[in-house]
Order: sequence, then C-alpha cells, then structure tokens
Amino acid sequence: MLAAIAEGLRRVFQLDAELWNIVLLSLEVSLSAVLLATLLGLPLAALVAVKRFPGRKAVIVVLNALMGLPPVVVGLLVYLLLSRAGPLGSLGLLFTPGAMVVAQTVLILPIIAALARQALEDAWREYEEQLRSLGAEGLKAALTLVWDIRFSLVTAVLAGLGRASAEVGAVMIVGGNIDGVTRVMTTAIALETSKGDLPLALGLGAVLIAIVLALNAAAQLVKDAAQRRFG
Amino acid sequence: MSPPILPLRLEEVVFAAGGQVIIDRVSLEIAAGPSTIILGANGAGKSVLMRLMHGLLEPTSGALAWNERDRLLARRRQAMVFQRPIMLRRSALANVAFALEVAGVPATEREGEALAALDEVGLRPLAHRPARVLSGGEQQRLALARAWALHPEVLFLDEPTASLDPGATREIETIIKAFDAAGTKIVMATHNLGQARRLGDEVVYLQAGRVVERAPVDRFFSKPATAEAAAFIKGEVPWVGF
Repeated sequence: MLAAIAEGLRRVFQLDAELWNIVLLSLEVSLSAVLLATLLGLPLAALVAVKRFPGRKAVIVVLNALMGLPPVVVGLLVYLLLSRAGPLGSLGLLFTPGAMVVAQTVLILPIIAALARQALEDAWREYEEQLRSLGAEGLKAALTLVWDIRFSLVTAVLAGLGRASAEVGAVMIVGGNIDGVTRVMTTAIALETSKGDLPLALGLGAVLIAIVLALNAAAQLVKDAAQRRFG
Repeated sequence: MSPPILPLRLEEVVFAAGGQVIIDRVSLEIAAGPSTIILGANGAGKSVLMRLMHGLLEPTSGALAWNERDRLLARRRQAMVFQRPIMLRRSALANVAFALEVAGVPATEREGEALAALDEVGLRPLAHRPARVLSGGEQQRLALARAWALHPEVLFLDEPTASLDPGATREIETIIKAFDAAGTKIVMATHNLGQARRLGDEVVYLQAGRVVERAPVDRFFSKPATAEAAAFIKGEVPWVGF
C-alpha cells in the first residue's frame, strides 16, 4: 500500500503540466463554489437566525436536511436545468467548469447556511438585547452579527470547502470529465481507478488530501491569530 | 429640542411567560429627577421590569407609555447597561463609535465623541485595545462610555456591579453619579442595599413581581412601611459590606 502510494506520487509528479491543470481546475471550481455559496449562504443564515417569521422552523429543518444532499442527485438536477432542452439550456453551461461551479454551489449552500445559522443563532442569543437596546435591528443587526463572529463562521465555510473538493458525483454528471476541459482531481481518480491504474489514483488522492489539509491549516491559523487578537 | 420623554407611566402592567406571572399588575410613574432604585431579591422580577420599561419586552397586559408618544424617539433617548456587558469584537473606541453610528451620528463626528466618552470613564488609554480582552470592570466602564456617548435622558442599569470586585464597583458607582450629575435620570436594579443607599434617591421595592413599597431612600431604610421590606432589609444587612 505505502509502496503503491509512493509509486503513485512519483507518477503524479511526472505528469506535470497535465496534472497541474487538473489540480488548478479542481481548486478553481471548488473555491468559486465556496465563494458563491458563502455570499449567498451567510445572509440567508443571518436572516433565519435573527428574524422571526412564519415557517422559520420549516426552513431550518429543510436547510439541515439539505446538508445531506447526495451529490449525484444535485448533479442530475443541475444537468436537467442546464441541458439544451432545460430552462437554463440557452446559457450553454453544460460540460463546462461553469456548470461544475453551479452544481457544487447548490450542493454546499445548505451546508454553509445551516452551520452558519446555528453559530449565528447562538451568538444572537448573547447579543440580541444589547443590539436592540442600541437600536440595531433587522439587517443592521444581522450584518453586525456576521462580522462579529466571522472567525467562527470560517468553520462553516471550511465544511463547505471539504464537501466541494471531495465530491465526485455532481461534477462528473454536469462536467463530463472531459480531458483538459472539465477533468478535476476526483473525477480523474474515479477514472484511473476504473481503468485499473490504482497507483496513479492513489497518488492523485494523496495530492487532493494534502491540498485540503493545507487549506484547512491555513484557515485555522488565521482564525486562531484573529481570536487571540480580538478575543 | 423635543419635549422630554419622561415621565414614564406604567398602568397595571403584567408580564407572564411560560404560564408564570413574573410582573404582576405594576403601576408606577418614573419621573425626571431622583435616582430610582429597583430593589428586590433575586427572582423578584427586577430585570424583567427594567426590560419592560426599556422596551426589550412587551407587557402581556396593561399599559406602558412615555411622555414622548413616538416609541422610536423615546427609545433613542434611553440607554441600558446590563449586568454582563456585551462587546463587539473590535476596539473599545469602535464599540462606542458603533453605538453612535446606529444612533445616526455622522461619521466625521463619531471618533471625537467616542473619545470624549472614553475619557469620561477613564478608558482613553485603552481606546485601541480589543474590547473583548478588557477586564470585567473595564468592559462595564466601556458599556457606560457607550451609554454616555448617546447622552441619554434615561439610563437603565441592571445590576451593573453584580459580577465585579469592590474596586471596580467603586469606579462604576462614581461614573453612575456623574451621569446623575449631568442630568441623566438613573433607574437601577440592584439587590445590594449599600449600593441602593449610595446611589439612590428613592426605592421601589419589588417582591414576587409586585411593587410592595415605594419610598425615599432614607425613609425606606430607617422606617420601612411594610413588613416585607423590613424583612428584606434585615435579611440583607450582612450584604451591606459588599
């Protein structure tokens, strides 16, 4: 096993240009999806955490349930939306990195929103009276809250990043694993495994894990430094 | 200058939660001038009464009205300091500036006013420290600076020194006296009799959600009119030293 990984890593680094394109595309797609899902998910989470409205409980249940969305199902739905005959077919996104970003955004939006909602709601319990006393309500209160616990929200965003960079089902369906166009690390691993080239698949897997580890470590360092600084 | 928001009138105010009556038909008039101490044991309903007056809670029944009928305008001229101050994760100065921003003070004036308020509570040297890393006493002084910057007509204080040591308590009391001297109406909840004597002009004694007695502070302590108040004073005397 270890020998196979070593052999795989050696092969991985021999692939150079081709491999780095795959790695870069993986990062580009997943980070774009994380950015989009964060921009959409945090305001949604803050709204649900701070506002009291009819159906709020239902929204929370649905958000929590959607955290477990199977990637292949998301892939299928986005495929149907983006296919020629689908409602968004005219965008011509299917089998492009853009489609993969859309699919991953849909996949991780509930994860980021649900985890952030929980963190924001806990904080709101602490801040509510003080903010209301000062006259900060609604949107102002929500934005203040998001900004004030931004370092705790990093955890929610990282969970989204983990899911996006690890999933294969959604990007496979809407991207098509086209060599040099939509092939990312997870789809490449799936392909090499089915071709029987296990060492290469293992090597790619090791690279993927290393990248995810590095991103998480960097985020954790930033979070810790900030918490020491601001309390 | 718009008319004063005081007096505040409560008529038969009831607050119930979870089937339990916490404030039971309280009628009170809070007028400008004397510092009012809401005195009572833990669980008497002091905090809830303060929150009803400040507008953080809505009465279950009864009426609560400021002289200023516009509740939003009335709200803007009150401030509240809680037992445990909640500070944003930014500098002490930025916390005061935030309150000014929400109150609609133009951006160019915020820093100057915030610094003046920090000066008032002796925190100017710590203006650029993150508020959350200040000590408990410093954070409570910062909460008072935040209130000071708003120049409230009424300042509600909910057991502001309950979790502080004697030194910090003295500092807080000095600042509260400065508010009083500047013409801000003080309404403070406490169960500390010494503090009630030091800071209060009149006492509203609360027990089980009801106003049992209201009297000038001297008379309340020397000749309480009700047996309940007398028992509370007697029972609490060992606490005076704190």
